[in-house]
Amino acid sequence: MSDVAVLPEPATPAFDRPGTLVPVVVFGLLALVPLAAPLGGEAYVMSFMTRVVVLALAALSLDLLIGYAGLVSFGHAAFLGIGAYAVGILSAEGVTDIVAQSAVALAVSAAFALVTGAVALRTEGVYLIMITLAFGQMMFFLASALAGYGGDDGMTLPGRSLVLGRDLLAGDRALYYVALAVLGTVYLGLRRLVASRFGRVLAGTRENATRMEAIGFAPFGYRLVAYAISGVVAGLAGVLLANQTGFVSPATMSWQRSGDLIFMAVLGGLGSLHGAILGTVAFLLAEEVLAHFTEHWRIVFGPFLILAVLFARGGLTGLFGRRA
Amino acid sequence: MSTTLLLIQILNGLQFGLILFLVAAGLTLVFGVMDFINLAHGVQYMVGAYLAAAFSAMFGSFVLGLAAALPTALVIGLVLELLVFRHLYARSHLDQVLATFGVIVFLTEAARMIWGVEPLSIDVPAALSGSIEIADGVLYPVYRVAIIAAGLGVGLLLYVVVNHTRLGMLIRAGASNAPMVSALGVDIRLLFTFVFGFGAMLAGFAGAMVAPILSVEPSMGDTVVILAFVVIVIGGIGSIRGTFLAALLVGLVDTLGRFVAPALLKLVLDPAAASQTGRAIAPMLVYILMAATLFVRPAGLFPARR
Repeated sequence: MSDVAVLPEPATPAFDRPGTLVPVVVFGLLALVPLAAPLGGEAYVMSFMTRVVVLALAALSLDLLIGYAGLVSFGHAAFLGIGAYAVGILSAEGVTDIVAQSAVALAVSAAFALVTGAVALRTEGVYLIMITLAFGQMMFFLASALAGYGGDDGMTLPGRSLVLGRDLLAGDRALYYVALAVLGTVYLGLRRLVASRFGRVLAGTRENATRMEAIGFAPFGYRLVAYAISGVVAGLAGVLLANQTGFVSPATMSWQRSGDLIFMAVLGGLGSLHGAILGTVAFLLAEEVLAHFTEHWRIVFGPFLILAVLFARGGLTGLFGRRA
Repeated sequence: MSTTLLLIQILNGLQFGLILFLVAAGLTLVFGVMDFINLAHGVQYMVGAYLAAAFSAMFGSFVLGLAAALPTALVIGLVLELLVFRHLYARSHLDQVLATFGVIVFLTEAARMIWGVEPLSIDVPAALSGSIEIADGVLYPVYRVAIIAAGLGVGLLLYVVVNHTRLGMLIRAGASNAPMVSALGVDIRLLFTFVFGFGAMLAGFAGAMVAPILSVEPSMGDTVVILAFVVIVIGGIGSIRGTFLAALLVGLVDTLGRFVAPALLKLVLDPAAASQTGRAIAPMLVYILMAATLFVRPAGLFPARR
């Protein structure tokens, strides 16, 4: 099989030009959102922006995988679903503390990533896309079959998770800032990770796996660890997502959601981490604005996505990056 | 009782497998020749079903409806190739997946706008309605037998075309080394457009054939195309023979799994838990099958020679 690169080449990998201006501005603006929220219907703005921040966390995890490791996962929504169902199932069983819920979500995400990754990462390129898609679909059907936990229809959560017994997340602003803090922490962590030896080896396996092997690095282990880290972060996003929506259903892990997540990462520009955040903002804003005009907004959104792929190579950070 | 049910389930699995084969064949040929991954292939299946439903209602006859639906599906496939897909051949697989994802978003919404969200249903053609006795006292719908026959017929046709005609030779040559075929003076673009249109029509045909037995709805192509991906991954991308066998395997495992898994679990669990667990496990079997196949043979059962 011809080995066409799976990636649009990132202009320069972010670790070569550690941009700080764009991420500082992005996080600064995100931190100010609650102040501006009363201008546009507070509950609506806060719920929308919390969704943006949570999905940005998932898109960020995908950027690690696609942008740095060169591995396209089309089943990443499965991890969101694992996180969301950890909250849903545990709350239904009476465990409402977010610490316990997160611990379970992260452990299950890591286990799922290691098991499916061990199979999927034996392949590359287009096979990997199809296999991750299939594993994502498998989790979707599993969730649909959980008759005790809502089945196809999903289930409504009794309320937001508690933090060590206190309902700190009850306020919309509190939830938003918690989500933003998680996003910021993970962002900084991943930046350190991609600049570390591990990150460089990972980028090396993306550029040329054979050469990396020749100088003594077995790509499989690095890829599997990257896949697991990415899955765990997306699982954490799922925990927050369940708290934001108050509702868990198989639709959380539909394959369209996986496609959306890849789009968010690609729209922002792969291989920069903060690009994924910008991409998520752009993607969800476009969706939200179009949906305001017509219920058939997808008829415009579809061509918008096609044109974005055809003409906006390098994504949003590509636009900013060239000027810097 | 149980064996007759098993027999019927096997036939249903066979029928489902052949439908999967019709969808997967186009997908694997297109990938084999042009290294192009088309997520929107399932949309062709959905469009075929809608066209068959719409034209059948218009002409009052399923046969005429089918006859009108096939060329229309072909034209829609070719228009998409011309407008979108053609610009993606030189791009990465990631770009191809994303752009064809956009095509799905667009066409699914278009179907919703034209035909509404309510599922359509059309009647089984009168000549093929009713049942035949396949074994002592076991009745099976004639129409499903017709689907099996049509699927086997198309499979045979594909086998003959790909392996025993000049066109098929070019397709196989294109799959193993497209630049060389092009250098020898074959218009590879034209060849590909042909393969693409043919694949789109096959998927449309599959959709049209199932329209009378399934509900026709905008998202019906999604699950089928993902299963078609599973099929070509198991079969080995680019191989028609592998796709055929894998399609039957997936069709049988998926259909029989729903019937056998709860029955087997009843041996070890109490009936309620068994049926509950069985229903959860059955839809996963196909994916577990895929994982197991890949674990043993990472390139699928019959990887096309390169």
